[in-house]
Amino acid sequence: MYKYDEYDQAMVDARVAEFRDQARRRMEGKLTEDQFKPLRLMNGLYLQLHAYMLRVAIPYGTLNSRQMEALADIAEKYDRGYGHFTTRQNIQYNWIRLEDAADILADLARHEMHAIQTSGNCIRNISSDHFAGAAADEVVDPRPYAELLRQWSSFHPEFTHLPRKFKFCVIAAEKDRAAMRLHDIGIRIVKRDGAVGAQFYVGGGMGRTPMIAPLIRDFVAVDQLITYAEAALRVYNRYGRRDNKYKARIKILVHELGAAEYTRQVEEEFAHLLSVGVEPPREELARIAEFFSNPPFRHPSESWDLEQLQSMAAGDPSFRWDDGFGLWVRRNTHQHRAPGYVSAIISLKPVGGIPGDATADQMRILAKLAREYSFDELRVMHTQNLLLPHVRIADLPAIWTALDAAGLAAPNMDTIEDIIACPGLDYCSLANARSIPLAQRISERFAASGRTEVVGELKLKISGCINACGHHHAGHIGILGVDRKGKENFQLSLGGSEAEDVSLAKITGPGFDEDGVVAAVETVTDVYLGARADGERFIDTYRRIGMEPFKEALYGG
Amino acid sequence: MADNLGTSPDEVQFRFRDDEPVDHGTVTVDSALEQTNANAVRIEPGDDARLLLAFLDRLALVEVNFPSFTDGRGYSAARILREAGYTGELRAVGEVLIDQLSHMRRCGFDSFAPDKRLDEEDAARAFATWESVYQRAADTQMPGRRTIADKRHGA
Repeated sequence: MYKYDEYDQAMVDARVAEFRDQARRRMEGKLTEDQFKPLRLMNGLYLQLHAYMLRVAIPYGTLNSRQMEALADIAEKYDRGYGHFTTRQNIQYNWIRLEDAADILADLARHEMHAIQTSGNCIRNISSDHFAGAAADEVVDPRPYAELLRQWSSFHPEFTHLPRKFKFCVIAAEKDRAAMRLHDIGIRIVKRDGAVGAQFYVGGGMGRTPMIAPLIRDFVAVDQLITYAEAALRVYNRYGRRDNKYKARIKILVHELGAAEYTRQVEEEFAHLLSVGVEPPREELARIAEFFSNPPFRHPSESWDLEQLQSMAAGDPSFRWDDGFGLWVRRNTHQHRAPGYVSAIISLKPVGGIPGDATADQMRILAKLAREYSFDELRVMHTQNLLLPHVRIADLPAIWTALDAAGLAAPNMDTIEDIIACPGLDYCSLANARSIPLAQRISERFAASGRTEVVGELKLKISGCINACGHHHAGHIGILGVDRKGKENFQLSLGGSEAEDVSLAKITGPGFDEDGVVAAVETVTDVYLGARADGERFIDTYRRIGMEPFKEALYGG
Repeated sequence: MADNLGTSPDEVQFRFRDDEPVDHGTVTVDSALEQTNANAVRIEPGDDARLLLAFLDRLALVEVNFPSFTDGRGYSAARILREAGYTGELRAVGEVLIDQLSHMRRCGFDSFAPDKRLDEEDAARAFATWESVYQRAADTQMPGRRTIADKRHGA
């Protein structure tokens, strides 16, 4: 894992001091609220419905046990004993007092963390594949590139007042587990003839105008990565629309110019910046990469593989693959590149719970498990779950037992219970509708009827307003809460995906009230179960049979 | 001289240069393109700073207007001029606030004429915000200023 040196530490310390000074000037009346707002936003501080919310950056979703414990301490000391993990691999605290903010930032800085640029019209936290460094199918570990981008984007003097917020995502596998093409810039690290480079996808995003990012450069040499990013950002900073907040994201610029013309402008700027020389020295990437070298995995002969687990299961008459531990192993583990190891997913979606929430006690238990079983490492997933990236198969029973006791062993990864939901009208001042209660009701309904298992992989995503923080455009089933004549109304959409088969969901038709939409989700799964061919996921069946059969079942002929 | 806009030297609150400031106002980019004797130009957010590159050596003052501090186009304009080798005065004018000073300085601004005068102490602190910096920018083109990565690797 990356470790700060004296320079990194000095940077976050300087930021804490700067923010403390800004807060002082605000309280002394030297800054108006309009002037203070972008400053507090760039330190992750939002004003929500009931209180301030603080969003803490978890760069590329990676954190160690000590950091997780620090997050638990903050939840207890300054909030109500819990935190909320987000779709951008961050954590949010929902009940913060402005007076405490600088102290919290100082606590974070002591543990090599920060809230820098987690909001505001600047480059946000860099997200990545949550299985980075563990996945069997990655070309390289994408995190060194993400860290290089983190440093480049932190306090970038030219790009601190962009037309709108700006989100990067870096992956390094064909499989996309991070919604890469739904970011302002999505980067896939690839290898061509032995050389490492980056594909640049620019202009994706969700929000009120969802777009899938087009590929604008198929290979940027790795020692020109920052230069290319700088060129892409400069064109956006100069020409992105500033007349209309809703048309200010880079996706609109790329769309209005056309990908070819945007690319031409970036290439021109890139050629110029190459001559200026803005790339960090080559050795810097190598320095960063060393922090991400393999942990000391045990030799395969000292560990189990999944077959051994299966034979243990076979020899144990009480063992069941469809219940408890067996079900959890089947659903919540992911293939690791080291033999004898898997990645273990910790669902933050207990049936009837609030998606993404974890209590301080749960965070501490996870920190302890990471220390004991996963080389001190934890990950935050964009699906609002957590992950122990490197665990021995032989340790799974002990890990599961501890998780189960802490209410963290819900075996529902990628099922209809594994719902992404934004905070919605329970917290957010932008929301039109509540998302959380809907997620709770749907997961309860499917768990109670036993349908979760029958339906299999189904990604359901709920946003409480058109800003789409709950990724409803990318859901196999998406739900969007809107306000209709003062009442909450829910639009249903089908066919979205954030993965390598990326697609945008289409609206089924008129919306529903809360009861109606819960029933509608059930109806949609009825149609799927009736029509699915062997081995088809919901999304596959939808793509084969199209919208009509679903519409017919929902609205009649 | 159709227009004579801009700030006068006594409106400049901070200046990091020793030469004599230009004693007259600025003209628009459009005017500068027509007037071969103009040596002081004012860039508005929508202007393309690259239009000035053809006659940079005759310019002694470029002021970049920030009608709103949230409009960041002027930062790119400043860097583009410095990257092209402009060494004259680069003045940030308009809604120039304490918390923008350090970034503006890094992008190559070396004089500041805020609409509203800033608290001197707060400004001094703001200019000194970053002891080290991550990115290469206009400041690291100058001798004596190196990025963190350059320091790490002795470059």
